[in-house]
Amino acid sequence: MPKEYRTIQEVAGPLMLVRGVEDVSYNELAEIELASGEKRRCKVLEIDGGNALVQLFESSTGINLSNSKVRFLGRSMELGVSEDMLSRVFDGLGRPIDNGPEILPEKRMDINGLPMNPAARNYPQEFIQTGVSAIDGLNTLVRGQKLPIFSASGLPHAELAAQIARQAKVRGTSEPFAVVFAAMGITFEEANFFTQSFRETGAIDRTVMFVNLANDPAVERIATPRMALTAAEYLAFEKDMHVLVILTDITNYADSLREVSAARKEVPGRRGYPGYMYTDLASLYERAGRLKGKPGSITMIPILTMPEDDKTHPIPDLTGYITEGQIILSRELYRQSVAPPIDVLPSLSRLKDKGIGNGKTRADHANTMNQLFAAYARGKEAKELMVVLGEAALTDIDKLYAKFSDAFEQEYVSQGYHANRNIEETLDLGWKLLSILPRTELKRIKDEFLDQYYGKQ
Amino acid sequence: MKKGTIKKVAGPLVIAENMRDANMFDVVRVSEQRLIGEIIEMHGDLASIQVYEETSGLGPGEPVESTNAPLSVELGPGLIGSIFDGIQRPLVRIMNETGNNLKRGIEIPSLDRDASWHFVPTKKVGDKVEAVDIIGLVQESVIIEHKIMVPHGFEGTLISIQEGDYKVEDVIAVIETLEGEKKEITLMQKWPVRVGRPYKEKMSPDMPLVTGQRVVDTLFPIAKGGVAAVPGPFGSGKTVVQHQLAKWAEADIIVYIGCGERGNEMTDVLNEFPELKDPKTGHSLMERTVLIANTSDMPVAAREASIYVGITIAEYFRDMGFSVALMADSTSRWAEALREMSGRLEEMPGEEGYPAYLGSRLAQFYERAGRVISLGADGREGTLSVIGAVSPPGGDISEPVSQATLRIVKVFWSLDSNLAYRRHFPAINWLTSYSLYSDNMGKWFNTSVDENWMELRSRLMHLLHDESELDEIVKLVGMDALSSPDRLKLEAARSIREDFLHQDAFHEVDTYSPLEKQFKMMELVLAYYDKALHALEQGASINELVKLPVREKIGRFKYIASDVMEKEYKDILENLDRDLDRLLKKEEA
Repeated sequence: MPKEYRTIQEVAGPLMLVRGVEDVSYNELAEIELASGEKRRCKVLEIDGGNALVQLFESSTGINLSNSKVRFLGRSMELGVSEDMLSRVFDGLGRPIDNGPEILPEKRMDINGLPMNPAARNYPQEFIQTGVSAIDGLNTLVRGQKLPIFSASGLPHAELAAQIARQAKVRGTSEPFAVVFAAMGITFEEANFFTQSFRETGAIDRTVMFVNLANDPAVERIATPRMALTAAEYLAFEKDMHVLVILTDITNYADSLREVSAARKEVPGRRGYPGYMYTDLASLYERAGRLKGKPGSITMIPILTMPEDDKTHPIPDLTGYITEGQIILSRELYRQSVAPPIDVLPSLSRLKDKGIGNGKTRADHANTMNQLFAAYARGKEAKELMVVLGEAALTDIDKLYAKFSDAFEQEYVSQGYHANRNIEETLDLGWKLLSILPRTELKRIKDEFLDQYYGKQ
Repeated sequence: MKKGTIKKVAGPLVIAENMRDANMFDVVRVSEQRLIGEIIEMHGDLASIQVYEETSGLGPGEPVESTNAPLSVELGPGLIGSIFDGIQRPLVRIMNETGNNLKRGIEIPSLDRDASWHFVPTKKVGDKVEAVDIIGLVQESVIIEHKIMVPHGFEGTLISIQEGDYKVEDVIAVIETLEGEKKEITLMQKWPVRVGRPYKEKMSPDMPLVTGQRVVDTLFPIAKGGVAAVPGPFGSGKTVVQHQLAKWAEADIIVYIGCGERGNEMTDVLNEFPELKDPKTGHSLMERTVLIANTSDMPVAAREASIYVGITIAEYFRDMGFSVALMADSTSRWAEALREMSGRLEEMPGEEGYPAYLGSRLAQFYERAGRVISLGADGREGTLSVIGAVSPPGGDISEPVSQATLRIVKVFWSLDSNLAYRRHFPAINWLTSYSLYSDNMGKWFNTSVDENWMELRSRLMHLLHDESELDEIVKLVGMDALSSPDRLKLEAARSIREDFLHQDAFHEVDTYSPLEKQFKMMELVLAYYDKALHALEQGASINELVKLPVREKIGRFKYIASDVMEKEYKDILENLDRDLDRLLKKEEA
């Protein structure tokens, strides 16, 4: 029986100082028992001699300095995992909230995981067909990649994420898959949208949900993504499944991190976020990947809302430095009812080059992709010029580029949330649009592909 | 010596008491798990320790033991082709012993103790030797002849040295010093990472580090022994630039430090380099590469150490007389690790929370680059070039790490996200980047490649500069307002951008462009401009000149393999003349 301490010295925000403790270690899990018998979980943030600084994962309401008891549990925070977790719903700390039975864990895993040895990683290179042209054709997703969606308030990131979860598949395989979904501080409606969407497609049977809603304790959110990733690691690397992890919304997670940091009176970095936020976010994102000798994989789609649509805000900025690309949603396209409103120019998939080409998608993929990007960028510039000077100011060739970029947005990007295009359809559509331009302009495409596809659609 | 005990644990910072006997910067073993740490502050009896491994589960009362030695790396055969973590632990052997995830407290020596190397002496018994003299050779990889050097502090007469197969800890030679003391030399030596390896003399760089990247070699060259910085926002292709340089830079040894970056990027290097052939030697690129990986999910304190480990290994090879290039991706993560430790030490922060000593630490690191004559009786010339990536938040280089870096480096490749959006790679902006070496190196280019190199280069720069000014006018009043020569100038500049500067890292031919080819490409692009300008004066229409069929061939010249380049070059020039003739005849008719 672990010792109980009634020596809580102070409580401030999510932090608590406990005096005179013995044999307590850094990062140890603890439990606080209120006079009413209610138990709440917390962990050790700092230990200095007999003083333990403890961070609560739940609200501090009702804690009484004289009669609340703290017990240190001698282990770090763990999640009991089992295949029975599939189709279940848990709260942000891994307790079932769907009125189902408790999970009988096959084993208990530390939610912080262990860093992957870079020498043991397997390079992600299996093409995932999401059925979304702007992703498959231009910002290709591969198994084991972490590709966030940079959204903003009021943009339809949930629809896009649900579409990807619904349609994503590796062609020609029928390996077991699972979806792990972690909601951090989102509204009931948004969480419900995902549940409904998984239910409609039957994916709910293969989904594990961890839900921390907007009215749940904010500090609990620090544990939620780690719970989800621990479940994902178990399913991927012990049960050989291909796991798609959706984390939403990272912005709320980062805000909780800031709250704890502020309570500790740490020197803040940019915009009050802690200096170690890069490291902290990396400890989540880097858990995606593939390992040598393991058939399973973790593919991650974190969603974040950029405050003020600002890509240089610390949250999207640090995320972009860690993840392997980003899908950026644009308010301007959304206003023009482009659906999904993916802004393809600043979007990027860093792993696309190894996932496309002969044998994976089609030999002409890389060339057409670069050409579409270059042509769309030039078309947008031409259109900007047109706004200032009128159409007459454009050269003939720039007029074609402007026409191309309009057609590109309307046909290629805007496909709706229920169209599922296979990669051939996407590539052929690309050729059809490129045929608007004269062949001499298509400098990034090899002659053999031009001969084969140009003007044939 | 006395053991200390842990008093406080806060993330990677551990404070231990009873440490009076330990020295600053000693490596210590923390707790029963024997985690590796380094003393970074002493207050009386208390030592502040940065621990290079995850500290979960550590608590007050656990033992702390000093090794009484500073953080050092093992230098000897076995470095090439290896991947190490931030404190030089071998990641592949760790994987073989402990599995796919990194566990704590692993003790595996950096260099494989069981590997056997064939040592061939180059000195004989009775020879007088001093520190850093070469006494023998080990063929470490197909292309790298590892030179075994006398360790620092050794001087005297060789009294035994023998050819044979040795392990790194075996004694290969014995020296008798002037005082009559016998000292043993092993294949392996150690060096503390925070101290630069001494040399006899430092000199100014005199030749470029050829990289096969056109925008780098032609416009903004880096010297052998020089320092360069690549700042850029995410998605602007920093890592691809670093990888390209690591692949194709004309150096004997590449040390690549993945400092706080993505795990998959290191995997990519590990997978790809063995497959790629060095254009000069024809052997796999891995045969000349040493990798240091501290990915972003690995412990943050080891990130701070990783760049010192890397540069010490690089200096060791430099002392052998090699030309070494070191890539650090990214120094911003290193600075952030510094900031995190500084914050936990409760130091007074400087700008944006970075410690006040950020600038001096960065300068110390970059200053370890250079062209030097090594110590030893037969001092060899070796170079160490350093290319550091910087990841400024939001791409704004007014932040402290970028600014401190720019004060030191001589070459600045400014990555531009707008170019990246247009998929113009490498996205090095030609208007804001600079190289302070370009004039010094000019003589080399003029004598080694072609006497007109510098002239053509400056014409390119002028055209690009003029383009930016003309663009402003076009934005205000439209293309029609420009005179025909100006429109032609814009076309020529566009050709420079698209046909010359744009380079496809994933195209088998275009990924590496030899200097001769770069020169030919410059000639072609400018030939079009000169001849078209001439035709314009003779009455050709600008619209026709822009649409000249030969331009497509000029655009595709970069994809032509070097061996058939000469013929294609002549063809294009002939085509150009013919097209222009035809055009002028048509106009006359």
